[in-house]
Amino acid sequence: MSKAIVLYLHVHQPYRVRHYSIFDAGVNHDYFEATYDDQTSNERIIHKVAEKSYIPTNKRLLDMLEKHPEFKLSMSITGTVLEQLEQWAPEALQSFKDLVATGRVEIVAETYHHSLAFFYNREEFEKQVAMHRDKVQELFGQTPQVFRNTELAYNNDLAFWADKAGYKGILAEGWDPVLDWRSPNFVYQPTYTDNIRLLMKNYKLSDDIAFRFGNQSWTEWPLTADKFSHWLNDSGDATNFNLFMDYETFGEHQWHETGIFDFLEHLPTEWLKRDGTSFMTVSEVIDAFEPVDRVDMPHTVTWADTERDLSAWLGNAMQGSAIAALYDLGDAVLATNDWKLIEDWRRLQTSDHFYYMCTKYFNDGDIHAYFSPYDNPYDAFIAYMNAYHDMQFRLSEKGALV
Amino acid sequence: MKVLMLGWELPPHNSGGLGVACYQLCKSLAKKDIDIEFILPYSEAHDAPFMAITAAHPQGAKIVLTDSGAYDSYKYVFEDGREEWMDIYGQQQVFEHAVARLAAEREYDVVHAHDWLTFRAGLRAKQIRNVPLILHVHSVERDRAGGKDGNPLVREIEETSMLMADRILAVSQLTKDAIVRDYAIPEDKIEVVHNSIDHSVIKELLDLGQENAYHYLTHMKARGYRVVANIGRLTVQKGLTNLLHAAKEVVARAPKTIFLISGSGEQYYELINLSAELGIAKNVIFTGFQRGKTWRDSYMIADLFVMPSVSEPFGITPLESIGFGTPTLISKQSGVAEILHSTLKVDFWDVNEMANKIVSAVKYPELRRELQIDAERELSRMSWDHAADKVHAVYGQHLQGAAA
Repeated sequence: MSKAIVLYLHVHQPYRVRHYSIFDAGVNHDYFEATYDDQTSNERIIHKVAEKSYIPTNKRLLDMLEKHPEFKLSMSITGTVLEQLEQWAPEALQSFKDLVATGRVEIVAETYHHSLAFFYNREEFEKQVAMHRDKVQELFGQTPQVFRNTELAYNNDLAFWADKAGYKGILAEGWDPVLDWRSPNFVYQPTYTDNIRLLMKNYKLSDDIAFRFGNQSWTEWPLTADKFSHWLNDSGDATNFNLFMDYETFGEHQWHETGIFDFLEHLPTEWLKRDGTSFMTVSEVIDAFEPVDRVDMPHTVTWADTERDLSAWLGNAMQGSAIAALYDLGDAVLATNDWKLIEDWRRLQTSDHFYYMCTKYFNDGDIHAYFSPYDNPYDAFIAYMNAYHDMQFRLSEKGALV
Repeated sequence: MKVLMLGWELPPHNSGGLGVACYQLCKSLAKKDIDIEFILPYSEAHDAPFMAITAAHPQGAKIVLTDSGAYDSYKYVFEDGREEWMDIYGQQQVFEHAVARLAAEREYDVVHAHDWLTFRAGLRAKQIRNVPLILHVHSVERDRAGGKDGNPLVREIEETSMLMADRILAVSQLTKDAIVRDYAIPEDKIEVVHNSIDHSVIKELLDLGQENAYHYLTHMKARGYRVVANIGRLTVQKGLTNLLHAAKEVVARAPKTIFLISGSGEQYYELINLSAELGIAKNVIFTGFQRGKTWRDSYMIADLFVMPSVSEPFGITPLESIGFGTPTLISKQSGVAEILHSTLKVDFWDVNEMANKIVSAVKYPELRRELQIDAERELSRMSWDHAADKVHAVYGQHLQGAAA
């Protein structure tokens, strides 16, 4: 029986809101334009991530694709990161194009602005998905066939929507309470759908790479490609190992010094040494295997935190207020036909803004704090709400809102 | 007459009203030919040509810095390059020893100490020089603890010092009552000296013109919104959680009301969170600490200023607000309520009544105008010179006593 690794990397950078004060509101509308040295400078961050992660990782991935004709992977790249690459890191953007040009990298569909619009404004959500599709076609000449929602936030409704929209597959977290006795290492079908297939992340194996790889107190440290391939090959009945993770795992979350790049480079060699092994993209694995069962997920499941729900983005009152306030402006914003205003409104929908306001683990100074460009969740909230007030101001200047 | 004045802060390095009150009182006292040496616990430049300002350093310390306000930690840089951080209790003791060294070297007629942080130093100076000690109480520990007992170490310092002092000045009858209640000090040992306001500071800032830095709020006001402001430290004592609960009721009845909360303090994050939990995050704006023109603009952009303090020994902010043209709603539990009459007043705990009055004020310009005109008349009669007269008289009484 054959076993495939389905490697899927998610590439994303938000447009961070600068330290935007109430004295800016009604004066400057440049929410996303921090000075270069500022923590919230999008340009500086894209330079740093391109240099530490995108360029070195893509160089290795390209080598691997050239060296191993069997090596394949899937990626999703948000519209907000694509725009920033176009503007500030064209070399990194070119390296992504080179990968896709090999014909063995599949691009996955999502919202252009990495938003949670599905839960707030369905029409807007569909618009953002269409924008992303157009952008991917323009830059990569590919039309995505498989959908992933922001933060892998998934439920039955989303699967129903994606099925009707014509996607052949959709991605979700392989969360134990949902899977119950089942294994994530097969193809599934969502309940209440006709054609679409469901691929569920094997979070244990994925997190071995994405989170635990560089942790020297982990009992399995150091993790080698050989050992990892051995685990997969030894794991009994399985057709596909869904390794889903942030692209920035390579070089940014796991630094070069951890040996993460060596691991990546050796993975095809070690895995393909074994009998019946392969790499598949998300579409290929859906074509190759029949679903083994239907999966019912009435509640929204994401790929974040131990709760695997939306609480990292919407769990406290600040987050709830901020996102509701923004979507409340929706009709008025869209009615203006002012491209700049609409685009600013969409950039403010990016889920990262709400993640920065997360207070769940704030006192532990954990992963949430690590990814935030603000000193604390409250500063993130204040900057965001001041930008919101300026949006209000701009709308009322146009007579669109009083 | 030479006065050794012990204080904890002076503007512009102040975190609140204490520094302003000290500065203004000294300025008026200086007009009476009183020679003041003001001792501070940190080294910074101050613009106060009417008195001498000395930083009380511990031995060997070259420079003492505060990281922002005067109530945070202090950094000592010693002559040998060593650096050391100290918290406020440690600093209070260091201050005492430094003042003792100064007192041993120089002659003074009176020691005048402002609030508990300087009280031990005041006692030492009195012992060394054998001169009268006047304690000036701007707040007692229970006020600062928002009605709870507060820190027992601080209470001990307050109680002991007040028993041993020659005279106590209280910034209000409310504060005098608190001293009698909390420390059983005889009433006739305590003199009420209300704070006042320096009209020239207001005028200087008004002279900067009408242009307001809150463009967003200016714009929204032109579209029928009204602004309700609070300016001050964000601490339990200031009663801002009650104001936010009232704000929720106000917004339900007058949705075009924006609350402007200008200041910093340990309740900052708690209040941001509370406004979100109450569902009024869109109507509450937090500006952080402001000074100078933007501080003025916070008052001037407001249609109503609210001081909802749980306990406010005096409370200068309503007077500033009136000076900048904005009528006020103040808690009855404030010293300033004893001298300001043309204002709306409410018990700090009465959230519904607070909401009721705010709604009326934002809805009726006539009410705001009437309050403001009358309050300006009251304000024009207030002066720090009156306070200085009283203090001067107290000095005189004790100097005669000492001479006899």
